[in-house]
Amino acid sequence: MDGSSPSLYATRIKVYPRAVSGKWRRVKWSALVLLLGIYYLVPWLRWNRGPGAPDQAILIDLDGRRGWFFDIVLWPQEVYFVTGFLVLGAVGLFLATSLFGRVWCGFACPQTVWTDLFMLVERLIEGDRNERMRLDQGPFTMSKAVRKTAKHAAWIAIAAATGGAWVFYYVDAPSTVRAIFQGEASLEVYFFIGLLTATTYTLAGWAREQVCTYMCPWPRFQAAMLDEQSVIVTYQKWRGEPRGKHKAGTTWDGHGDCVDCRLCVNVCPTGIDIRDGQQIECIGCGLCVDACNETMGKVGRPADLIRWDTLARQQSREQGKPLAAWTPVRARTVLYAALLAVVAAAMAIAFFLRSDTDLAVQRDRSPNFVRLSNGDIRNAYTVKISNKQQHERHFTVELRDLAGATLTFTNTTPPLAIHPDIVATFRVLVTLPAAAAPSGSQPIEFVVRDGTGRETATHSSVFIGPSR
Amino acid sequence: MPTKIEKDSVSGQETTGHEWDGVKELNTPLPTWWVYTFYASIVFAIVYCVLYPAIPSLSGHTTGLLDYTNRSALVQELDRQNSERAKFIDRIRAASFAQIQQDPELLNFAIAGGRSAFQTNCMQCHGAGGAGSTGFPTLVDDDWLWGGKIEQIHQTIEYGIRNANEKSRATAMPRFGADGLLTPEQVGQVTDYVLSLSGKATATAEGAKIFQEQCAACHQADGKGNQEMGAPNLADGLWLYGGSRDAVYRSIFYARNGSMPAWGERLDEATIKMLTLYVHALGGGK
Repeated sequence: MDGSSPSLYATRIKVYPRAVSGKWRRVKWSALVLLLGIYYLVPWLRWNRGPGAPDQAILIDLDGRRGWFFDIVLWPQEVYFVTGFLVLGAVGLFLATSLFGRVWCGFACPQTVWTDLFMLVERLIEGDRNERMRLDQGPFTMSKAVRKTAKHAAWIAIAAATGGAWVFYYVDAPSTVRAIFQGEASLEVYFFIGLLTATTYTLAGWAREQVCTYMCPWPRFQAAMLDEQSVIVTYQKWRGEPRGKHKAGTTWDGHGDCVDCRLCVNVCPTGIDIRDGQQIECIGCGLCVDACNETMGKVGRPADLIRWDTLARQQSREQGKPLAAWTPVRARTVLYAALLAVVAAAMAIAFFLRSDTDLAVQRDRSPNFVRLSNGDIRNAYTVKISNKQQHERHFTVELRDLAGATLTFTNTTPPLAIHPDIVATFRVLVTLPAAAAPSGSQPIEFVVRDGTGRETATHSSVFIGPSR
Repeated sequence: MPTKIEKDSVSGQETTGHEWDGVKELNTPLPTWWVYTFYASIVFAIVYCVLYPAIPSLSGHTTGLLDYTNRSALVQELDRQNSERAKFIDRIRAASFAQIQQDPELLNFAIAGGRSAFQTNCMQCHGAGGAGSTGFPTLVDDDWLWGGKIEQIHQTIEYGIRNANEKSRATAMPRFGADGLLTPEQVGQVTDYVLSLSGKATATAEGAKIFQEQCAACHQADGKGNQEMGAPNLADGLWLYGGSRDAVYRSIFYARNGSMPAWGERLDEATIKMLTLYVHALGGGK
């Protein structure tokens, strides 16, 4: 390339967000403490399930192929509950966005929460915006080296704790934490801690707002969920303009409320100017609201020049019309809420109807059938019964739609004792007198009853006899 | 060919310095990173050749500093698997069949191991799942030549049938027709008698008489056979070599005398036990 063609990439201008205090900053701190608290502490919750079962309240045991959620145990074939939660999460985000704009991005997204935490650490070590800018531009000194090293060390420590906590959702936390430090944990554990340490450090320390602006797909289609009734961060242009410096004590005539202090720009974690209006980079965190109110208080003008509002209400404010009430009930919010309710109801029904027993039957196909010395015809089946309850149960198996059949279990006799939380395999021989045997294939149904005689599972199969 | 690097007046790029009948080529080298991957590959290859078996010679090859071979890796892997299985295998070797059958975990392991050994060693003749075929007994039915109790199955597998092993099950049916013990006509008469036992033909008095004189010693007077002698039940309608008149006639005329290897000579004790438990559990076990 000869250098004359324009670059296709914008150079990143490093953002140095300034510290800010106020209502929304407090909400953000609370969300941060709450969410990080949940993330780091949940794996340490204990839950007594009796002997033989893990005592971790929430554990996704990939080796044992069970999801443990307090008293709920999910088997791999019930992974659709996870799908259901993902659908709920997605539709929930749609609803939240159409009501309150990008509140997920601004307050709850892990990228936002961890970046906030990393910025806090950065501020404690390197100082606030101006100090950090000076440090970066200044010459390389011992003090600079110490502060930079300390910052990155702290970031990596937080990142490692993040990766560690992630792993604890998949393995027993107390024993693994010991094994990790003794160098005895499995390769997978170290790999995933390493991977998540690297991603956390890179994304929250270095990439930051670039993740939201360039990498994340969510802001791209969130625009479709917003309308003029969504509550978003707005700059009241009609009130603020014309902006400019204002000398204390002079008249405000012909002067907008915005004194162009640029505090709203300086506190913005994505480095944008909210006064330019709606932008794809805005994550709706509301820190500029706090910053502006700080200034408005100082210059003695009414608060909320930058405020949470809907575009519709902004329009009526600007035109001096009576302020319309906020209408959270709109076609799209009703649709999202209805979708949410339907999916949640479907999941609840699926959950309450989910069986505590599974039955799978596989017919031997070599040989298809066998003739016994007294002329009887016999088929053999492999029967697998899953006992999904946490205590031993006794099952009986019977056949439907096959009169005169005898069931024989190899090496055992019913009732079949099945340990808690396992799949037990049995071989069943079904014998029919020659006269009763079907010519060719006949559909049959296996039925499993538990100790109380309740029918717990069925599975259809066929019985094959010699063609006549 | 002289090398004369010059600058191309049109593109401003250098030429390779060679000329072919007036045609010159622009020098467009590989991107640097690409060249470095070649260097990295060369370094990798050298390191690999030093560490691993690589360069062939007339009588072998260099072995490399790591002494690695695929075969030794396989042996290690097999050793690892065997040591993992060892605790079960040792218990199976030590326990009696009755003890194994009362221990669901051990029985599960034994049947799984037996299935695997069956698929390697037995399936070729006895068919997948013991389905059997003409001349090779079905193992899933209840019709046994030498007995379907677990000890009997064990003995059959361990020592085999009609082979060179001195403990082999060994009885022989005479070649009644081929050796002239019976005339072809008499063989036909006794064939009809044998078929009549399962209702497939009408017996004659001559056939019944020959059967009692020649066959009943092993196959019993009622034709129900004798597992001590490996003499099959002729009255149950199940035929190892086919139930057509021709097939039964041939069985009597030439005799069959099928054989099976003594698997104890080839497989270890625990495998034989697992095979026994697997075959016993197929459905015919008594």
